[in-house]
Amino acid sequence: MKITRKVAYEEDLDPGFLDEIEQASGCRDIESCIQCGTCSSSCPMSVYMDVPPRKIMAMVKNGFKDDALRSFTIWLCSSCYTCQVRCPSKIKITDVMYSLKRKAIQEKVYPAKLAIPVLDREMTRLISAHGRSSELWLLLSLYLKTRRPWAMLKMAPLGLKLMKTGRMSLRRESVKDKPQLRSLVKAVKEGAR
Amino acid sequence: MSRYAYYPGCSLKGNARPYEESILPVFREIGLPLEELDDWNCCGATAYFSVDDTMAAAVSGRNLSLAERANRDIIAPCAGCYLTLRKSNEFLAGRDPRAAKILADLKTAGCEYHGTVTVKHPLQVLRDDVGSTKLKSMIRRPLSGLRVASYYGCQLVRPFTDFDDPDHPTSLDDLLAVAGAQPVAYAAKTRCCGGSLTGTIEEVGLRLNYILLKEAKRRGADCIATICPLCQFNLEFAQGKIVKAYGDDVRLPVLYFSQLLGLAMGIDKKELSFSRSIIPLKSLWAKLGNGGAR
Repeated sequence: MKITRKVAYEEDLDPGFLDEIEQASGCRDIESCIQCGTCSSSCPMSVYMDVPPRKIMAMVKNGFKDDALRSFTIWLCSSCYTCQVRCPSKIKITDVMYSLKRKAIQEKVYPAKLAIPVLDREMTRLISAHGRSSELWLLLSLYLKTRRPWAMLKMAPLGLKLMKTGRMSLRRESVKDKPQLRSLVKAVKEGAR
Repeated sequence: MSRYAYYPGCSLKGNARPYEESILPVFREIGLPLEELDDWNCCGATAYFSVDDTMAAAVSGRNLSLAERANRDIIAPCAGCYLTLRKSNEFLAGRDPRAAKILADLKTAGCEYHGTVTVKHPLQVLRDDVGSTKLKSMIRRPLSGLRVASYYGCQLVRPFTDFDDPDHPTSLDDLLAVAGAQPVAYAAKTRCCGGSLTGTIEEVGLRLNYILLKEAKRRGADCIATICPLCQFNLEFAQGKIVKAYGDDVRLPVLYFSQLLGLAMGIDKKELSFSRSIIPLKSLWAKLGNGGAR
């Protein structure tokens, strides 16, 4: 049996991580976290998380960048904002989770095959290209990108029900003024970090 | 003329058609006919904030700009759109240095925005602009005896808590009581449905919705009333899988609050898109009497 160290040493930590996340999330009070655990106990997803939200906050505060970015927790956060409105230190926890997701995507460290970041990116791509998302096309690209043809087949009965009740169309939606949208996307990208 | 522009978002043109097809007649009857915001783009919901929050605020800024040019405030029936547009609106008005850059970019693209638009959910407009006195006077066929679980979900009541209480909201219960229904004490009313998790990590999504359905059953509800397309979709379309997965018959009609309100206002049942429901509504019509012949 190989014995490995389970606790990070100071040299493994990233001293700039707190500042990075405070900047990205626009939440400047992360340091005032008192580790009370109200977030973890309020979170409807915490039972599925590998790291509870309270621990994520401690990780951010103390530079455990790798552990925070590689956790499933940030992807399971469904943005219900329960932790955020209850936090006694008024930390915008949901916004911190969002900024961790963005960092994980930027640094390409999110778990492979996890459908959540794929869905997020596909939706973003549809909107910046067409201005509108189309439910059917979004789902198709999600299943294709996550290589789950079996899951797609299992969705067929649901798709049929949606079609039958007129709640899903084959049309690709789009805004009329695509040039305006394109020039907006271009302008935002220019000069962005 | 209404001072509001109607922002449908992707859902109300897709799986949430019954929401659009009931909210429009309701507002028409009330005398606030809703005109659709011309050439609106999708809000990006939670996805855009997870990928690129600057672009998220910018694409929402385009919608705000369109409304400003039309001299309208926005009514967004989808809780996701409501939150995204409101959040972006506040971001653009805030002190983050990126806000100024986005406003300049909007101007460059020909959709200048000066921050004059207010974003509201229809429930808010019904409560604050129309008011219960006027609504009460418009109820022709009260939903007597109908026990309803009012489900608010997350994003209408959080993180912005100025409209209603984040844990114990009452606006929807009050509205349904005006419509003659009997709101049940529904402890899970703001518990999350999991959003897109039913499509990404199914076992988690199903469990969350099972909890919501089970609690409504336990409280003796005849149906669940929702204010958000994703909540409605999850609660309705996951029912078959939930019954199978948990061996527990928690089937229950899940309707948009606007369908129930429209019914109470005497709008023709056919006009309110009940036929787009995949859950049989027999029990509902039986409860309301006259076999749903209204």
